[in-house]
Amino acid sequence: MSSAEQTKTRLLAGNVSKAGVMSFLSAQGILIFFLLGMVVFSFFSEQFLSQSNIMTVVRQASIIGIIAVGVTVVIIGGNLDLSVGSMLSFATVLVVDLHDKIGPTNAILMMFALTLMLGAVNGILIGFMRLNSLIVTLAMLSIIQGLVLIYSGGQNVDIANQDGTWFAFFGRGYVLGIAVPVLLFGLLAILMQIVMSRTGYGRRIFAVGGNPMAAVYSGIRKNWCVFSTYLISAFCVACAALVLGSRVMGSQNNVGQGYELLVLAGIILGGTSLLGGAGSIWKTVIGVLILGFIQNGLLLMGYPYYTQWIVTWVIIILAVWLDLANKRKRLLTTHS
Amino acid sequence: MMSIKGFFRGRAAIQPIWIFVIAIFIFFSFMSEYFLSLGNITNILVQTSTIGLIALGMTYVMINGNIDLSVGAILGLAASLAVGLQDYGLTIAIIAALASGMLLGAINGLVVWKTGVNAFIVTLGAMLGIRGLIFLYTGEQSFYSMNFAFSDFGASSIGPFPVLAIIFLLCTLVMHLVLTRTGHGRNTFAVGGNPEASIDAGIRLGRHMMINFIIVGFFAALAGVLLASQMGAATPNLGRDYELWTITAVVLGGTKLTGGYGSIVGTLGGVLAIGILRNGMNLMQVPAFYVLVVLGVILISVLIIDKKLNVPSTKEVRI
Amino acid sequence: MTPVHARTGQRQPIDADPVLKLEGITKRFPGVVALNKVDFDVRPGEVHALLGENGAGKSTLMKVLAGKHQANEGRIILGGEEMAFENPKHAKRAGVVLIHQEQSLVPEMTVAENIFLGSLPKKWGNRVDWRKLREDTNAILETLKCSFQHDDLVGSLSIAKKQMVEIGRALVFTPRVVVFDEPTASLTDHEKPVLYDVIHSLCEQGVGIVYISHRMDEIFHLSHRISVLRDGEYTGTVNTCETHEDEVTRMMIGRSLELDHASKPTDFGENMLELRNLTVKRIFEDVSFNVRKGEIVGMYGLVGAGRSEVAETIFGLRTPVAGEVVLDGEVVNFRSTHDAVAAGIALVPEDRKDQGLILGMNCRDNMTLASLSSVSSGGFMKGSAERSVYDKYHQAMKIKTPSWRQKVGNLSGGNQQKIVIGKWLHTHPKLLILDEPTRGIDVGSKAEIHALVKDLAKSGYAVLVISSEMPEVLGLSNRIIAMYDGRVTAEFDGDSVSEDALVQAITGMGTSAPAAATA
Repeated sequence: MSSAEQTKTRLLAGNVSKAGVMSFLSAQGILIFFLLGMVVFSFFSEQFLSQSNIMTVVRQASIIGIIAVGVTVVIIGGNLDLSVGSMLSFATVLVVDLHDKIGPTNAILMMFALTLMLGAVNGILIGFMRLNSLIVTLAMLSIIQGLVLIYSGGQNVDIANQDGTWFAFFGRGYVLGIAVPVLLFGLLAILMQIVMSRTGYGRRIFAVGGNPMAAVYSGIRKNWCVFSTYLISAFCVACAALVLGSRVMGSQNNVGQGYELLVLAGIILGGTSLLGGAGSIWKTVIGVLILGFIQNGLLLMGYPYYTQWIVTWVIIILAVWLDLANKRKRLLTTHS
Repeated sequence: MMSIKGFFRGRAAIQPIWIFVIAIFIFFSFMSEYFLSLGNITNILVQTSTIGLIALGMTYVMINGNIDLSVGAILGLAASLAVGLQDYGLTIAIIAALASGMLLGAINGLVVWKTGVNAFIVTLGAMLGIRGLIFLYTGEQSFYSMNFAFSDFGASSIGPFPVLAIIFLLCTLVMHLVLTRTGHGRNTFAVGGNPEASIDAGIRLGRHMMINFIIVGFFAALAGVLLASQMGAATPNLGRDYELWTITAVVLGGTKLTGGYGSIVGTLGGVLAIGILRNGMNLMQVPAFYVLVVLGVILISVLIIDKKLNVPSTKEVRI
Repeated sequence: MTPVHARTGQRQPIDADPVLKLEGITKRFPGVVALNKVDFDVRPGEVHALLGENGAGKSTLMKVLAGKHQANEGRIILGGEEMAFENPKHAKRAGVVLIHQEQSLVPEMTVAENIFLGSLPKKWGNRVDWRKLREDTNAILETLKCSFQHDDLVGSLSIAKKQMVEIGRALVFTPRVVVFDEPTASLTDHEKPVLYDVIHSLCEQGVGIVYISHRMDEIFHLSHRISVLRDGEYTGTVNTCETHEDEVTRMMIGRSLELDHASKPTDFGENMLELRNLTVKRIFEDVSFNVRKGEIVGMYGLVGAGRSEVAETIFGLRTPVAGEVVLDGEVVNFRSTHDAVAAGIALVPEDRKDQGLILGMNCRDNMTLASLSSVSSGGFMKGSAERSVYDKYHQAMKIKTPSWRQKVGNLSGGNQQKIVIGKWLHTHPKLLILDEPTRGIDVGSKAEIHALVKDLAKSGYAVLVISSEMPEVLGLSNRIIAMYDGRVTAEFDGDSVSEDALVQAITGMGTSAPAAATA
């Protein structure tokens, strides 16, 4: 069977629209990029492959990574979440501001509770009221940013006694020589990877994202499933805020701006389809690390930080095009 | 021959958003004595012209069934080029700025067309990459225009009417006519509404997608040039979040994300709604960040109303 | 075999060289040969009916003809010239037009724009020439005697009027062959004559018509010749005036009509399901019947009679406004499918691809989707348990797939359906509802599924089968519930019912035409 025939197979199998994105970067594709990049960077910079540098990269990528784990679950369930950036601002400002007012423990609890509430609002609107997730989370992005500004009155917040609080542990601490943010990222990723691939819950999320109608016809509570993915996403954002707030000990009220897009870029580089029903946490981890290594490698080679954005763009186009070369068939212009 | 009915072809033209626009217009007229004046109203038009121009192009792309997240970055790049290249002459700078927008739009369109990959992914990448290009070009510096012809243009007016408002309204009229009356406009609807039927009818999907991405690129660049002339400067972060504002305006105007449905008249309503809200709340001395909340709530309300109005057909089951 | 329909047609075959010839057309899809060396021709001015059961390949053949699919082998000869249509527009320009079964209109555009989709008349500068568009459209609408205007939005038209717009499209280029694919499926009785008039006038202009339909009365009324497809094979062509319905039916159905009545279960237990005056607003009214343990009840009716909707209501997908559902002696009121599944109801849905399967998932995962808790402990999936469930049904139902890792999207219809059935059997339901269980699948799998359903009933399952294929309903059911227009019109004993009575019950009595009798 020629590859064109194989494409047709997929087309006829009914996943026409998905075929385009579903596997636009196969697992091998990512690894090749990953290794190739590593070789190039290590060629130009001796430090690049040193253990301390690798740990630095992973540590820097951990905030995006933690959020990306949650958003990946939302995407596998067939929806999008653009509100995570604003939500990160919200949670960070909240936990930093409350730290001096009600103590670290209460501040953390309060921050988690309120962030989960925002996630629940997303979940109710998208899961139970079945509104379009792109627009709802776009609106929530704006609303939450407004709430942060109203709360802070447009002022930046910070923690007065930065050295005397155990709150520093989350952003600056080490356990067994591993930075706490990395540990949190790793634990969350492993946990969610297990949940998604080994539990009935994960299987249901895949089913809902793959074909919501068939999921309902199989007795799956679709609305609850969608709702829960937004709680997971909000929980991950709260964890990221813990790390971010603790690292900087102060926060601008738009600190999370643009994170939603970096997170999505990482997920896309990892090769998870935005159409739902496919993907995995480990792909996202690799995608986020690729982003991190591109940034770090370019910095070590002496290029300014923003060159990584250009490289990311080029990689996304290349990845999309390489996958096309595999199919050798234009999808929209043959059978639809 | 142009009947009234023909002018508002398709009858999708009268959007509920206009009722809202009229309502808040009346509301603010009563709430603030400054609101209802020619000066303030032209001011609203000037303020909204930037997002308004991009929204014109975005309407085309969204009716076509795609989306473009890179407009804010294209705006930023065009603004920087328009100011930064002025040493080579103002005309060249402006042409280069507009051409950059069309070229980047063409790249977006080409990738979406040739790969069939979701436009969301492609333009998200472009959004990051183009912002990187701006920083690379400007070295993270702001540029200031030394050419007063350029910076005066943004503040100039013909009679009582500011030039920017006139440009915006003229573009709106032209884009409305192109969408409703030309082959390209009608095929844009067809492709978004029923791609399969369009292919069967021999409509060249890719060509229309390309053209629409070039259109939105052009308008984003035009908005960038005009914004730079208004400010007499360009900053590397110019245009951040504009994609979100633009999409909000277009969706408020009744254009469907799924494609095949929408109108420039509706988009104009959406743009004005945002402009009047900002302006009116500002006059009432409400802090700017409340506008963010109000807009988000309105956007979600529009979705809910839309859902309730479209009573599900009897065929639909509860899922 | 009960009564004999000895209806024959009036129209003499037209003696002329064919305007269109298909020779040895073969079309393969992965896993299926959809068409195997099919011959077909149309003469100018004739109506050539194409018959076959669901899945026999009629639609595929017509898509090949109209350029939507490309044949793997065979030739298309139009007016003496061999053609290779690359796309539908190409075919349309050459004069071959397909009037779609599923409508391919853009709802937000006007009638005129839809008729001239892709070929809008232009003035300078790519501007649409609205005057010419209006005049051309009005001319076409006049030919079709349409009551709507050129600037009506297509989305606001009734289905019958949309159909007319589709037909209007065929007239834009001078057509030589027009293919009607089940054109009356969604038309009411008083709308049909308009369509017949259009077909007659096309014939008079020397256009060749291919007419695909399930309805014998229409076919014998309209056609000059009849060709039959069965399982992708060409079984022959007859002149309408020299044949009768029985012969055509035999050509269509072949051996599968000889269903084994004797092996039906006969031993019934207590009531498993009872519907009491169940009503869903605007869809069906006052539906009452029961299904006993070990019994197969057939629900027979035309598409749109409300059969699937009754099943969906039992399954918790619709909310009744009146009446009650009694399951195993208890009145139930499901708020979701989850509750229905938990209570022991299984529904094999009508639309396999949209409702039955997650096409991107593998066979095993689809199989266990409705019973995840039985193959997991503490929320974690047990791989071995999943495999053994899969292996059990894989063997029991003779599912042909290379491996459990195969994506179900790549399987043939029959194997896909077996996976859906397997999925539900593993929930060990009290009541099994099968909605069109054999639509679009090959004869072999069909027979296997029929045998399986009977075995299930024998082992005590209560089974409700919804079908629009009379042989299936007659062959399987102990009792038959006939529905027409949202109401139960009759209940028959499965062994002694006459086909005539059944047909009358599902067509709302009074109509003499045995419409869809063998569809």
